[in-house]
Amino acid sequence: MRRKLWILLALFLVLPGLLGTVSCAKKTITKEEPAPAPAPAPAPPPPPPPADDSAERALEAAKNQFQSENVYFAFDKSALDDIAQATLKGKAEFLKANPDIYFTIEGHTDERGTNEYNLALGDRRADSAKSFLIDLGVAAYRISTVSYGEERPVCMEQTEECWAKNRRAQFVIN
Amino acid sequence: MLRTVFNLLKGTMVLILLLSPATSFGQYEYIDINKPFLRKIPMAIPEFSRLSEAGTDPPPLKQATEILTSALEFTGYFNMLDSGAFLLEPGKPIITADQINFKNWTTIGAELLVTGGLSQNGSLIDLELRLFDTFTGKRIVGKRYHGKVNDMRRIILRFCTEVIMQLTGQRGVFDSRIALVSNGSGNKELFLCEFDGSKPVQFTRHNSISMFPAWSSDGKWIAYTSYVNNKPDILIRSINGKEKAVISEKGINIAPAWVPGQFTLSATLSFSGNQEIYLLTGAGKIIKKITNSWASDLSPSWSPDGKKMAFVSNRTGAPQIYIQDVNSGREERLTFEGNYNTQPNWSPTGDRIAYSSMTGGQNNIIVIELKRREPVQLTQDAGNNESPSWSPDGSLIVFSSTREGPSRIHVMTAFGTDQRRLLTLPGDQSSPSWSPNLSPK
Repeated sequence: MRRKLWILLALFLVLPGLLGTVSCAKKTITKEEPAPAPAPAPAPPPPPPPADDSAERALEAAKNQFQSENVYFAFDKSALDDIAQATLKGKAEFLKANPDIYFTIEGHTDERGTNEYNLALGDRRADSAKSFLIDLGVAAYRISTVSYGEERPVCMEQTEECWAKNRRAQFVIN
Repeated sequence: MLRTVFNLLKGTMVLILLLSPATSFGQYEYIDINKPFLRKIPMAIPEFSRLSEAGTDPPPLKQATEILTSALEFTGYFNMLDSGAFLLEPGKPIITADQINFKNWTTIGAELLVTGGLSQNGSLIDLELRLFDTFTGKRIVGKRYHGKVNDMRRIILRFCTEVIMQLTGQRGVFDSRIALVSNGSGNKELFLCEFDGSKPVQFTRHNSISMFPAWSSDGKWIAYTSYVNNKPDILIRSINGKEKAVISEKGINIAPAWVPGQFTLSATLSFSGNQEIYLLTGAGKIIKKITNSWASDLSPSWSPDGKKMAFVSNRTGAPQIYIQDVNSGREERLTFEGNYNTQPNWSPTGDRIAYSSMTGGQNNIIVIELKRREPVQLTQDAGNNESPSWSPDGSLIVFSSTREGPSRIHVMTAFGTDQRRLLTLPGDQSSPSWSPNLSPK
């Protein structure tokens, strides 16, 4: 439990650094290829260590993007809007290119409303994202879901902005 | 808990000095059970006197008086008169009827008078407690106790139960406890405290998220949701912490509610792909599915006769409260006002349900009577008020409130009066659940 927490924290610390290097996150989605696509090209066979490095780094970057990009929801809803669907399509491509990755979708809510109802709502949000990915061809056995309801907010302010950030599905590689 | 009560019984001799109830009670009702808080009865409790019998140690008179006064005041039935107004002759004991000038008490407006006599011999005490009607001078309750000084609070609470039993026909709340959630350790854990918020003890140490405590109807088990396995499972633990059962289906396992009088509970499970309410044994085995709709069905709460279940469903697009007759399976909607009604809690009196209703982002406690079906709002303009839970006699409601900033456990009468904080622990407190009567039957 704690280990996972530390991994999550570490990822969130790595994220800002990566955002600096991978600045075209949004564009990457519509292209349906992760940003580091150019990396393999300038790496010919002769110098093996640099090629391994950049492929590894490419995969790390893709994984980090997979885990740092959330899907967001409207208040009291678990339906996926266009942006959410586009984000999930990007994730599906990454998952199909890396078939040995198994992951968990976490469903979260903002803090309004009651804890029981929000646990159930988070569960529906995680399931919603899972179903969409399955429809896009990701094998169901790779996907676990868990709901945290309102218990794990990313921010605490009582503002529309913060609430919107908390109404999310988060993706964690197992 | 049972062990100490047994020891108390071993060390206690109870002599009943009671008058036949018919004579004093049949005249007129002290507390109108239909409107019990409409008029608080003025009550006077002068400081206990030292019993004239031999006692080697100075008895804790002030402490004993305080325990009695606080406990009776907690019920909300009485207006405790200020001791500054008492007409007392200094140095004279005031214990038995012949030591009391009732005119001194009716003059200052007292209608009920409680006197106490206490003496201590080493670790043992003798305690005499009497309840008088000041206008007739009649003794309503009289008890003599002998026991350990460490059991003094428990002895006094037994007397309070007698007082409330005589005045209302109910046992009152003194034998009950409250389970709650607090995150002072950095994680949400379960705590238990006495009916008045005293003596909080930590019940779980999972170092993860634990929530939704629910007492079994014999008070021996608590079911709750916990993330020990990194997902919301239901754990069932006995109060002495020994035995456990786990309900760990795929998806969510939340909001357990015990069926009255049975070792079975209902809870929302989502392993089928749909969030439905199931019936399970106290050992965690699924008996059957109770609800059957495409929408989410959550938060069950049972009528005291176990024949009906209130629950939350969002089948109309927003969460509302419904009632299912468990035999026929027939369901009817209960709440029509507001568009976010959750957390139903059925009163042990059977005739009303408390729930929380959210409007404009704020939650308030509502009580709806099942005959007239008119919702009455009990909290207003006081932050978020959630998770109502009835006392075992249906006279009080415990709930969580953010009116002071951090979330705290508050208590109020069934009619919304006397709202006050119950206790303060580090962190935020929430999700209170009032136990049934825990006294051995």
